[in-house]
Amino acid sequence: MKEPLFKLDFNGTAVVTDDGRCVSYAELKRLSDGWAAKLPSRSLVFLLVGNNLDSLVAYVSCLNHDIVPLMLDARIDGQLLQRFLEIYRPDFIWRPTEDGYCLVEGHPTSAVGHPELFGDLALLLTTSGSTGSPKLVRQSYENIRANTASIVEYLKLDSTERPITTLPMNYTYGLSIINSHLAVGATILQTEKSIMQREFWNFFSEQGATSFGGVPYTYEMLDKLMFFRRKLPSLRTMTQAGGKILPALHQKFAEYASREGKNFVVMYGQCEATARMSYLPPERALDKVGSMGVAIPGGRFSLIDVDGKEIVEPEVTGELVYEGENVTLGYAECAADLAKGDERQGRLVTGDMAKRDIDGYFYIVGRKKRFLKIFGNRVNLDETERLIKDRFQSIDCACGGVDDKMRIYITDADRTKDVQDFVAEKTHLNFKAFEIVPLDSIPKNASGKTLYSELPQ
Amino acid sequence: MTNIEKYTQAFVDAFNIDAETAKTLKFQQIPAWDSVGHMGLIAQFEDQFGIMMEPDDIVDLNSFEKGKEMLSSKYGIDFGA
Repeated sequence: MKEPLFKLDFNGTAVVTDDGRCVSYAELKRLSDGWAAKLPSRSLVFLLVGNNLDSLVAYVSCLNHDIVPLMLDARIDGQLLQRFLEIYRPDFIWRPTEDGYCLVEGHPTSAVGHPELFGDLALLLTTSGSTGSPKLVRQSYENIRANTASIVEYLKLDSTERPITTLPMNYTYGLSIINSHLAVGATILQTEKSIMQREFWNFFSEQGATSFGGVPYTYEMLDKLMFFRRKLPSLRTMTQAGGKILPALHQKFAEYASREGKNFVVMYGQCEATARMSYLPPERALDKVGSMGVAIPGGRFSLIDVDGKEIVEPEVTGELVYEGENVTLGYAECAADLAKGDERQGRLVTGDMAKRDIDGYFYIVGRKKRFLKIFGNRVNLDETERLIKDRFQSIDCACGGVDDKMRIYITDADRTKDVQDFVAEKTHLNFKAFEIVPLDSIPKNASGKTLYSELPQ
Repeated sequence: MTNIEKYTQAFVDAFNIDAETAKTLKFQQIPAWDSVGHMGLIAQFEDQFGIMMEPDDIVDLNSFEKGKEMLSSKYGIDFGA
């Protein structure tokens, strides 16, 4: 028996839910031990999660009892779920019902049976599940332990913290907040409500939330809500990740934090590195606007040029490479991949282009791969094109744009609304993120490849 | 356009829906009215009626009916009878 990932031997309250439930660490331990009793060790389970107690109990139970979960959004598209089921053949699915949650058989018709799981495999997360890619990130127990310890250290977390949920639990950033706070015996305030709802702020104040996390768009919404005018005496820390925040907004929140004696912590990470790779120490938030900071404790960054040679001079752009114990095992694209061991050996070539200033602070300046971050979610542009072409076979299309605003060029103006609705439905993202641009034809080179640089901006 | 038409059109444009659907709509009843959609809706009201909404009102506006009541009582928008 491995040592459980979550010790749960604290005296205080582990969770307070917005429907009034208060769960002590002792009770969370009892509930999660009970949940696991139904399942054989090394089962593969799909957890369809939301920010609710049933999801948290199942998650904690899996990680403490050698059961491997794939975390999926409870509102996942039925077709997409089916695809994941066929590919990975889980033993069970934990899914919401009308009045709670239930455990159902995962793949009862499967003749091939349960896939083999690598011994240290702890957790599976989607990379850009929204476009239907079956690609998963394989995280080990050691990955989660290492990343959690780093986060606890640089955010100086202790049992008096009361983070309020603002991010999905199947999202690596949301999960890292849960992991790091359970590790110190803090109290997680669970709500499905969004910052755009009165109920969220009532719960925040009544329960004295001390921190929350947000993607860049969260901070745009907070700005619109004139967050700075709100009286939030309990608030200590705001963290930001999930894409690069606009420098002007970074400045605004850093100024607010400095004025009010709070911390604003800009961070950078990827699911491939469990969650976090960098943080900007809050005391530097104002003089390093636009920076994602330095490597987290236990991690190391370097920049490499096109030949893979390390760049040592400051202010030179290169591809960002991260080394640390939180670098995950690798990807899975089919059930057989779940048996694979550590393919990265602690080194992750991030795909992000960055530079380092003279003081050693890093700045993201671009991205090597064709994807956008939309409201913090990675959306692959080529996969989106493929989805559209599959569904609308008579039209040609190309995808481009910037974070939070994808531009979809299509050759049939009459299908504008259809394409927009379709992409919103498939990605589970608000249709406002997709701007449809009708064109007579998509610019191509002689061999038929799309010339993205010639698309109208 | 009358004010009620303008008001309804804001929902139609913000959520890609028809006017009939708009009239009984509540927050999160359709995927488009999530927090991102809510920002868009507020922007529509502010443009259409030349107002600036208070944060407290933004987080209280959770249905078609409630919004109408709010714009009328707090922002002086006249919706007729």
